[in-house]
Amino acid sequence: MDVGLFAQYVMNGLMLGMMYALVAVGFTLFFGVLDIINFSHGDVLTVGAFTGLATYLGLSKIGITWAPAQVVIVLLVATTCMAALGAVIARYLVLPLKAAPALNTLLLTLMLGTVLHEAIRLFYPLGANPQRFPPLLPTTAYSFGNFTLRVDSVMLLLAGLAVIVGIHLVINKTKLGLAIRAVAQDEETAKTMGINFTLIVLVTFAIGSGLAAFAGILHGLYYSEINFAMGLLLGVIGFSSAIVGGLGNIYGAIIGGFLFAALQTIGVLAMPFASAYKDVFAFGVIILIMAWRPTGLISEKISERV
Amino acid sequence: MSKARAVFAVLLPGIGSAVAVTVYVILLLAVESQAAIAALLVAGVIVVLAAARFGGMARIGRSFAERENAMNLVIVLAVLAVTGFFYEDHFVLLLMATVIIYVIACLGLNLQFGYAGTLNFAGAAFFGVGCYTAAVLTKHTAMPHLLILVAGGVMAAVIGSLLILPVLRTRSHYSAVVTIAFALLFKIFLEVNDTLGGPQGLPVDGMNVLGWEFNDNIEIGEDFEVAFYVNYIVVGLIVLALAFTFVRRLERSWVGLNLDALRLDETAAACFGLNITRWKITAFTLGNFLTGVAGALYAMMLGFIAPTNFTFGDSLILVSIILLGGIGNPWGLVVATTILIILPEKLQVIQEYRFLLFGAMVILILLFRPEGLLPRPLRTYLPGWQPK
Repeated sequence: MDVGLFAQYVMNGLMLGMMYALVAVGFTLFFGVLDIINFSHGDVLTVGAFTGLATYLGLSKIGITWAPAQVVIVLLVATTCMAALGAVIARYLVLPLKAAPALNTLLLTLMLGTVLHEAIRLFYPLGANPQRFPPLLPTTAYSFGNFTLRVDSVMLLLAGLAVIVGIHLVINKTKLGLAIRAVAQDEETAKTMGINFTLIVLVTFAIGSGLAAFAGILHGLYYSEINFAMGLLLGVIGFSSAIVGGLGNIYGAIIGGFLFAALQTIGVLAMPFASAYKDVFAFGVIILIMAWRPTGLISEKISERV
Repeated sequence: MSKARAVFAVLLPGIGSAVAVTVYVILLLAVESQAAIAALLVAGVIVVLAAARFGGMARIGRSFAERENAMNLVIVLAVLAVTGFFYEDHFVLLLMATVIIYVIACLGLNLQFGYAGTLNFAGAAFFGVGCYTAAVLTKHTAMPHLLILVAGGVMAAVIGSLLILPVLRTRSHYSAVVTIAFALLFKIFLEVNDTLGGPQGLPVDGMNVLGWEFNDNIEIGEDFEVAFYVNYIVVGLIVLALAFTFVRRLERSWVGLNLDALRLDETAAACFGLNITRWKITAFTLGNFLTGVAGALYAMMLGFIAPTNFTFGDSLILVSIILLGGIGNPWGLVVATTILIILPEKLQVIQEYRFLLFGAMVILILLFRPEGLLPRPLRTYLPGWQPK
């Protein structure tokens, strides 16, 4: 195989992996503090991407056309709005069901996801059609044989990396991170140590949802297109990545995200004749992994109490 | 004499409500103007709330609990009466047949969800397996069409068995993901697979039993014609009656008791010597079988199927039906399916918004009435047995 083409695939795989990892980190954070799966996460990502797009359109209307300012404002508005949405979801939908069976939370978040993406389809102007996402980053490209290195891809990768490192620092080096880890480890003890449980849950949901919005913008900038249904697929893949890495384990989620992207890329490379089946392949692999290691490749640390 | 009178007294609320509901449904289906439909719906809700407030619901419930066989017959007669009233209205009959078929499919899901507690978010996928089996078999083989119904079920059960290992080994969230992944996989697979028609879908032959063409209108005499959907309603009712009886008997039997124990506490059930693996497989396979049978019948009735009928959203609608009706209560299913299928078709305003509204509705139910419209009553060990 040609080296340039191979590099191209690696680049695409890295981008995909970055998005999956960002989504997976959200899932794993939610699971850590509340032991629940928030299936609306993927659709929060979609809403985040659409918020970003709407912000961009608004900025163009009022005359701010300087691209760097646009990028920063779009990112800020989208992540802040989704962080708020995440906190609202946690406060009014997820926390009230804390004592109910796990199935109820699962269903509720699934349905919430449906409500979110249906709302985009119905109420965003022409929301049923894919929307063009503006190229806000410099699109200069350098060619090395078959390999085209786009400056914006590199910037996106670096930004994603910065965010992941940032999350790592927040979780491991700050008091807030300590509180989140304490709640994840043992809710009761954390409470007796004076940690405001509700507040920590809300903050965690805000962080996770903000990350999803960031991933959504990343997706939009990289593919120059967003649509109302993209969250479902990204959500399921992100969740599977989180599971593969072991729920509740942030590094596992990041590794899982890149692993999943690698699998997909390898799937396309190994079976070029069947590239239409790449998603079928991906989901088949998820099912197989679940059958093989039911609680993920790096399984949860604490075994279930009877 | 007095015994007959006592029986009648028990049956009266049930029969009375059945007659009232029949008249109401006929009115609802016959009315065309949106305002009138909305008014009827509001009136219906008020009457039901009032009945619940003044103990009417309890009495109706007692009729159903104590004289179940008689009430089953009454309901079948009620459906036939509505069918008879609309004997030449294609649209209404199609709606009714759809409701009947969806109830069969949901009975299957109810076995998995309501009794064994096995999550299945791929209901529409297994329904689709039944549909595509019917499409392929009617096209390429001369298999008798009644057998195709069974074949659709068997195929769904077989394909479902591919998922058994992951479903058995995983718990709650994790097994939900297995079925969600399968639901997505199935739809994408259908769309990219050219042999099965790709995104355009496949045509399906109508049913033909012993030379009786189901897709021809029934002509009686010179100018009396009955819409062909009546055929499917009759067959659907027969299949539904069989499925319903089967699920009911299963629920009441020791098998149902085992499944309940399994759902409520897997560990405790295992400690009492129940073979968890066996019962989970039983419930999962039987459930998929019923869903597949419903799918095969649906495909033959519609005459055309495409992947867009089997999206993840449709699976979620099936789950919403189970939840709205009250998990584990077959009668609740009937009510919930009727509401969820007929409402968006009659109230055209909400047709476009139905996924949104159903989603919001399920969220509200989960927050405020997680037991559903008709909560599952206590297990009746004997007909008419009342918990003291």
